[in-house]
Amino acid sequence: MTAAPTVARTAPATRSRTTGPVFDWLFVVAALGVMGIYVRAIYFTPIEATQGAAQKIYYLHVPAALAAYIAVSLTALMSIVYLWLHDERADRLAEAGAEVGLVFLTVVLTTGPLWGHQIWGAWWAWWDMRLTLTLFLWFVVAAYLVVRGAVEDAAMRARFSAVLGILGALLIPFIHLSVYLFQARLHPMPIVLKPSEPSLPSEMLTTFLLAFVAFALLCAAFIRMRYRVGVLRDRAAEMLA
Amino acid sequence: MDDVGVRVTARPPGTIAAAWLIARKDLAIEFRTRTAFLSSLVFAVLALCILYFAWDESVIAPADRAPGVLWVVVAFSGLLGLQRSFSIEEHDRGIDALLVAPTSREAIYLGKAIGNLLFLCAVQAVTLPALVLFYNLPVGQSLLAVAAIMLLATIGIVAVGTLFSAMAVNTRMAELLLPMLSLPFFVPVLLNAAQATTRVLGGRPASEAWPWLRIIIAFDIVFVVACTMAFPYTLEE
Repeated sequence: MTAAPTVARTAPATRSRTTGPVFDWLFVVAALGVMGIYVRAIYFTPIEATQGAAQKIYYLHVPAALAAYIAVSLTALMSIVYLWLHDERADRLAEAGAEVGLVFLTVVLTTGPLWGHQIWGAWWAWWDMRLTLTLFLWFVVAAYLVVRGAVEDAAMRARFSAVLGILGALLIPFIHLSVYLFQARLHPMPIVLKPSEPSLPSEMLTTFLLAFVAFALLCAAFIRMRYRVGVLRDRAAEMLA
Repeated sequence: MDDVGVRVTARPPGTIAAAWLIARKDLAIEFRTRTAFLSSLVFAVLALCILYFAWDESVIAPADRAPGVLWVVVAFSGLLGLQRSFSIEEHDRGIDALLVAPTSREAIYLGKAIGNLLFLCAVQAVTLPALVLFYNLPVGQSLLAVAAIMLLATIGIVAVGTLFSAMAVNTRMAELLLPMLSLPFFVPVLLNAAQATTRVLGGRPASEAWPWLRIIIAFDIVFVVACTMAFPYTLEE
């Protein structure tokens, strides 16, 4: 770390160095919520008529996707904030968002093919824009985290990853447009068995909304935990320096 | 240094003039050593040959897979050229001389990008005829259209590739990191370019290729601007 930026960041840095425990009530509440969702989805939500029990993966797949998008959006937003304010807290939040986002994206990419195999009869459908977009998002986030691990200097690491976070956010609409054009020219969009039903019966909708709340809480809990780990790591690095 | 056109004047050159000087410097180095050019070129032609044998000739006609092969080869041979863009500055800390030069950091980026663009175009000027030769493509107007698509796509590839090359040299695993960083960003360019090329080589009307080209042009504009603005952050302060 060069001398000048360290001095400029002293005030917020010292304030952020005091942190709560990594495991706390938020994580416990979120974990219990997700467990409750499993119980409700399996035992207290009706089985979908055409898809059968396979549709239950919906309560895991779609909320995980929404949680992933929240986490990744946080990374993009905090990247902009970092380049603007040079606050190391923004960098740590961006890092936490990317790591948590990668976990949820992995859940989406694991459950998607499992569901697709039952419903589409194929593990992977390149014409499904959401799945394809999620895959490329996974690659961008993975590259982001590899860059973070490959730069020694803390200030340079923060700048590099902020640049990558912003460029990644710019890239996503282009991949979306490209895949849209690709599938529009080759395949019609699925109408009968599209993955997300626009109108759900009320019990399914309630389960889905509860699942979304539980996953959003879990996402927030993970990000906070990861942020606190980051604070402890930086503190340890400073003590060693 | 006067053979690359540097004259001592009272005023420092403007952004475009400085960028051109940097591009000429890089191309002069390349012209004298020719190592990166030859390795990119040999790689490209070799990849064309190897990919020929990757499919059964009787199942998919060579002309049908030519567009896909072309864009895979363009992407990977391009990476070889981009890799070298900033690694040549690392030896003897040439980058320090560029940083203390009386020019904006945007000019350094633009100069590097122009140098890379000309380098990649030179490699492609051999790759395309080699593709025509090995895949028995008809020689005609459509090849001019393919060359135009290649130029548009290469602008986008160079815009992000130059920035990531600058970032990658400052990391612990530069050679590994550049493809990992660049390839996701090449996806929109390669996907659209391959689709447009398929239509052009298939003799379809130009209007069918246009929707794909539109995305590449938008990508070029957005990423040339964004990467020029982002470049100063990738240099040491």
